[in-house]
Amino acid sequence: MTSHQMTSAARPAPSRQAIFIGILLVLALAAPFATYPVFLMKGLCFALFAAAFNLLLGYVGLLSFGHAMFFGWSAYITAHAAKEWGLTPEIAVLLGALCAAALGAVVGWLAIRRQGIYFAMITLALAQLMYFVALQAPFTHGEDGIQGVPRGRLFGLIDLSDTLNMYYFVLGVFVLALFFLHRVINSPFGQVLKAIRDNEPRAISLGYQVERYKLIAFVISAGLAGLAGSVKSLVFQLASLADVHWHASGEVVLMTLLGGVGTIFGPTAGAYLVVTIQNFFASAGSWVTIIQGSIFVVCVLAFRAGIVGVFVPFLKKRGIDA
Amino acid sequence: MMTLFGIPTAALFGQLLLGLINGAFYAMLSLGLALIFGLLNIINFSHGAQYMMGAFIAWLSLTYLGANYWVALAVAPVVVAVFGIILERTMLSRLYKLDHLYGLLLTFGLALIIEGFFRQLYGISGMPYAVPKELAGGWNLGFMYLPIYRAWVVVASLLLCLGTWLLIEKTKLGAYLRAATENPALVQAFGINVPVMITLTYGFGVALAAFAGVLAAPIYSVNPLMGSNLIITVFAVVVIGGMGSIMGSVLTGFMLGLLEGLTKVIYPEAASTVIFMVMVIVLLIKPAGLFGKGA
Repeated sequence: MTSHQMTSAARPAPSRQAIFIGILLVLALAAPFATYPVFLMKGLCFALFAAAFNLLLGYVGLLSFGHAMFFGWSAYITAHAAKEWGLTPEIAVLLGALCAAALGAVVGWLAIRRQGIYFAMITLALAQLMYFVALQAPFTHGEDGIQGVPRGRLFGLIDLSDTLNMYYFVLGVFVLALFFLHRVINSPFGQVLKAIRDNEPRAISLGYQVERYKLIAFVISAGLAGLAGSVKSLVFQLASLADVHWHASGEVVLMTLLGGVGTIFGPTAGAYLVVTIQNFFASAGSWVTIIQGSIFVVCVLAFRAGIVGVFVPFLKKRGIDA
Repeated sequence: MMTLFGIPTAALFGQLLLGLINGAFYAMLSLGLALIFGLLNIINFSHGAQYMMGAFIAWLSLTYLGANYWVALAVAPVVVAVFGIILERTMLSRLYKLDHLYGLLLTFGLALIIEGFFRQLYGISGMPYAVPKELAGGWNLGFMYLPIYRAWVVVASLLLCLGTWLLIEKTKLGAYLRAATENPALVQAFGINVPVMITLTYGFGVALAAFAGVLAAPIYSVNPLMGSNLIITVFAVVVIGGMGSIMGSVLTGFMLGLLEGLTKVIYPEAASTVIFMVMVIVLLIKPAGLFGKGA
């Protein structure tokens, strides 16, 4: 699926990479003083969602067209746990992510029985199944969703209803999750995933149990997508059907494709661009859908490397892994 | 009131008829998907949008041109086929050398554009389309009331599926098509213009979707979103049946429609999910699909 390969041999010099990451971190820490924190948090949630999705598409070559089920269902579970059971935010978020990972284990186990296009169709169909379940289950409150979710106090101490506290919590979760993904991708496990992506029969002939690797990757991806959904339900204090709808599954594909499939920071760039477009055209009715469709078409036909993907060779030469 | 298994027969047969009609649409759409997949190796995500276009062309030509149902039934597939051929020539054909997933992503984007365009123009409330007067009314069969139009939909879709099957299995053109599905390079070496065949196959596949859309217009309201929800169910149908055989897709479509109708009578809560449940069971027992070969 990727148009460029990440070779482990050309490991970047740590200093430049460290400076690059450091600049990004400083920017992220200072950002809420320059622009709307809620916009930034929305972007971070979708960036994490897209990064989780990218683990499958970019590094295993699996196109899941149903990732909204993990994102949306974890949002429901976190919202329910925080509102009805009064759990603290960190426990509610963890619970949401764990449930998403468990759902991912079942869905992944079913979907990896087929390959390629069938895999995409199966994940989409299973997501639609989970959408109908969300529509009918009483605790999700149907069309209304779970509203007025309390953000609560992190570890019982830090008041998350303060926007700045909430932002740094979301940023913390995002950075940790992205670091975790980075370690997964650059571990021996990640090398096997890339081998499966590039040549599955060869990976099998080398003795790797391909299905097991695919399933573990699927569970990690589902769990992190769930983490993003859980955090989002706290940011917006809402869990709704929109997050389990197939449109959300399509959006995460778009973010990843636009930002750059198989790059570390691509999904983040794509997520922020898509969220900006959504905000900008929010009052223009169906134009958002038309624009998103057009971006899909342009990306597939002429811009398959994505925004960050374009800069990867340039940065790589300078010892930066993007 | 007559009952069967404790269910009033009128309700039972009424729902089974609705199921059969849904099944007819599953069959026609999965047939088109299977044809396109066979030769192009892509899943046409815009199939639902092209089905919706068929219904809209019927509504538009009636509203603005006064063209009746039969004209729409003839014209809509042609218009959508031409539109499809333009898409195939200008965009899809650039992707054949790449991973097949790109075809899915491109047609998904096209579906969003088409759907958004119609939503922007006509909203989402849906427009009524009257049953043509030749097919209005119904027959009382004693155990149930059968609206003539619904009987027509079932018959027309069966004829269409049968016709497509005959075309592919029994004609020379169909033989070329099957050969090109197996080995396009060899067929091309025998002097057959495979790229043209690919283009025409895509046009024919989306024409089937448009035909189904016109058939659907008097039953469901003409709505920009009518295709996108249907197409996901059709994907499940395709996974259940496997895309290896024409008759397989048709049979699977009708069977699942009936099963859905039956579920509406017995346990209505599960009606919207039963096809996906069947997909899960089929994946567990026979991952390649009921009529599929290999993975």
